[in-house]
Amino acid sequence: MAQMQTDEMTNGTVGSEAVIVAENVEKWYDNNFHVLRGVSLTVTKGEVVVVMGPSGSGKSTFIRTFNALERYQKGSIVIDGILLSHDLKNIETIRREVGMVFQQFNLFPHLSVLQNVMLAPIWVRRWTKAKAEAEALRLLDRVGILEQAKKFPGQLSGGQQQRVAIARALAMQPKIMLFDEPTSALDPEMVREVLDVMRTLAGSGMTMVCVTHEVGFAREVADRVVFMDSGLLVEQATPDDFFNHPKEERTQKFLSQIL
Amino acid sequence: MTTTHSPTASPPPLAQIGAIAWVRKNLFSTWLNTLLTVVLVLVIGRTLIGFLYWATTQAKWQLISANLSLFFVGRYPISQIWRIWVALALISTLGGLTWGVLARNVPQLFGRTTLTLLGVVGAIAVLMPAPVPYRILLLAIEGLVVAMAWGGRMIGHRSPKLGQWLAFAWSLSFFVVWWLIAGGLGLTPVGAGEWGGLMLTVFMAVVSILLCFPLGILLALGRQSSLPVIRGLSVGFIEVVRGVPLIALLFVGSNMIPLFLPIGIRPNLVTRAIIGLTLFSAAYLAENVRGGLQSIARGQSEAANALGLNPGLTTALIVLPQALKVSIPAIVGQFISLLQDTTLVSILGLFDLLGISRTILANPQFIGRYAEAYIFIGVIYWVFCYAMSVGSRQIEKQLNTEH
Repeated sequence: MAQMQTDEMTNGTVGSEAVIVAENVEKWYDNNFHVLRGVSLTVTKGEVVVVMGPSGSGKSTFIRTFNALERYQKGSIVIDGILLSHDLKNIETIRREVGMVFQQFNLFPHLSVLQNVMLAPIWVRRWTKAKAEAEALRLLDRVGILEQAKKFPGQLSGGQQQRVAIARALAMQPKIMLFDEPTSALDPEMVREVLDVMRTLAGSGMTMVCVTHEVGFAREVADRVVFMDSGLLVEQATPDDFFNHPKEERTQKFLSQIL
Repeated sequence: MTTTHSPTASPPPLAQIGAIAWVRKNLFSTWLNTLLTVVLVLVIGRTLIGFLYWATTQAKWQLISANLSLFFVGRYPISQIWRIWVALALISTLGGLTWGVLARNVPQLFGRTTLTLLGVVGAIAVLMPAPVPYRILLLAIEGLVVAMAWGGRMIGHRSPKLGQWLAFAWSLSFFVVWWLIAGGLGLTPVGAGEWGGLMLTVFMAVVSILLCFPLGILLALGRQSSLPVIRGLSVGFIEVVRGVPLIALLFVGSNMIPLFLPIGIRPNLVTRAIIGLTLFSAAYLAENVRGGLQSIARGQSEAANALGLNPGLTTALIVLPQALKVSIPAIVGQFISLLQDTTLVSILGLFDLLGISRTILANPQFIGRYAEAYIFIGVIYWVFCYAMSVGSRQIEKQLNTEH
């Protein structure tokens, strides 16, 4: 257990413990569209995995299965040792340990920024208001928007809102952070501030799975890049191998379009 | 090519600004508009003058002044009317305090509109043809409200906890007012059959509004539930109640409600009327809230779920507050309808404001004086409904400044 603590502190070093084990996950939408056709992925502690792929490839759907926002019909997903099933207790335990940041931010507009970040720790982790507030202010400072703590989401820019969303997810002290195209809805000037926060977060040893199109981020921060197409995991490699020596033809085609 | 501008700004020509310009633009801009303006001015003017002539010379306003206590409290025993004044004083105190506390951040508590309103109420109190003690009491009540508002504002600045204390005080006051009106426990009991007039209307409306609001929300949530029995019951209730006219519901309900209750419990007529009104409004309110619920983006509940909030907490903390805020216009509209629907209880034999008016009109002294009676109660209904409208706009404004 001491080993796990030091793993948390080291920069980018991958621990040996697997926190996400997805095996042959298959999912059909209600209209019988086969969106996930048997995807397997293992993510170890402290690893930063970037998932790329054309739209409709099922990459967002796949990471949304990790915190049960999407259900799957076949295969198995084990998060932090807990099997993800229809058991509500398991789902709620898992959701406490998995934080998610959405493309559309999804901040709560009727609460202030500070209240947004404090809400979950108070109601789910049962912290006192004082403890939650102190932690929330610390996190808001960490993402660089302490001055906006009393404002409401509607008064912030997109980049600021997304950073609040990251702080809100971090307030629950999750073991894994999922990012579903966090910068796709942002103006280009604001993309950088959010990526900087994510970069720092990765540097502190957080296990992250990001769906993104930001090639620069993937090259610099990712431990592994995964390519999905049409519901299948086509290729995965280190950023260097992935971007410079792609093996599969579909990967090469995709890269030729985005690079 | 260079353009020259005049060195200093000058005001626009007189004919282009202010009232004259407005009149020219809107009333007399084209021949058709001018013609319409002239015709309408003649028609409206003539109607208005005719009405004023009737109101000042031919109308018998004694109908109102002679029956004031009937209009306001129905057939309540005269010797016990002091209890109504006490109840009114209690409500005014709390109302004034609440006003003061809610308006503590407004720069000027007594703005122009407020002062005008207070002035109008004061004028009515002074001028109305009623016995002097009543006029003094009315002025005293007005003074109480003003003093409490001022006091509430002071206290509101000092201690923010006052809001919670006030909420508790309001809940307590409901029972105190009920006790004051109904009697028992030391006060002479006054049966519900003797309640009437404006007091009965307001009592039924307030109780029905307070009860139908949570019930409507529960029905709306039940309709969206994934449990088939709850959803079935909610949908069934809503669709049955919405398909039936209120008058039929009141009539049938007042006869059938005692059948559902254990033998021995026989609720009085007012209670049965309130139950009918509550169930009716709850069904419509449920649909208004459901509309609001559907307008909330799915991402909100997804984000709440992703944070680990269970469905109950997600609904209570995230979805419902936003849904209710969006539904305020529809909900308040439903409450206004409810106030006006209380007039139907006269079918059951209750003497609400409308019912008592018909009784007054049956008096040989006032036969045929429909206009005076109905204009009077029409104005009273309008005042209450408009107050609700204004209140709802204030609530919306407050909720919007928060975000």
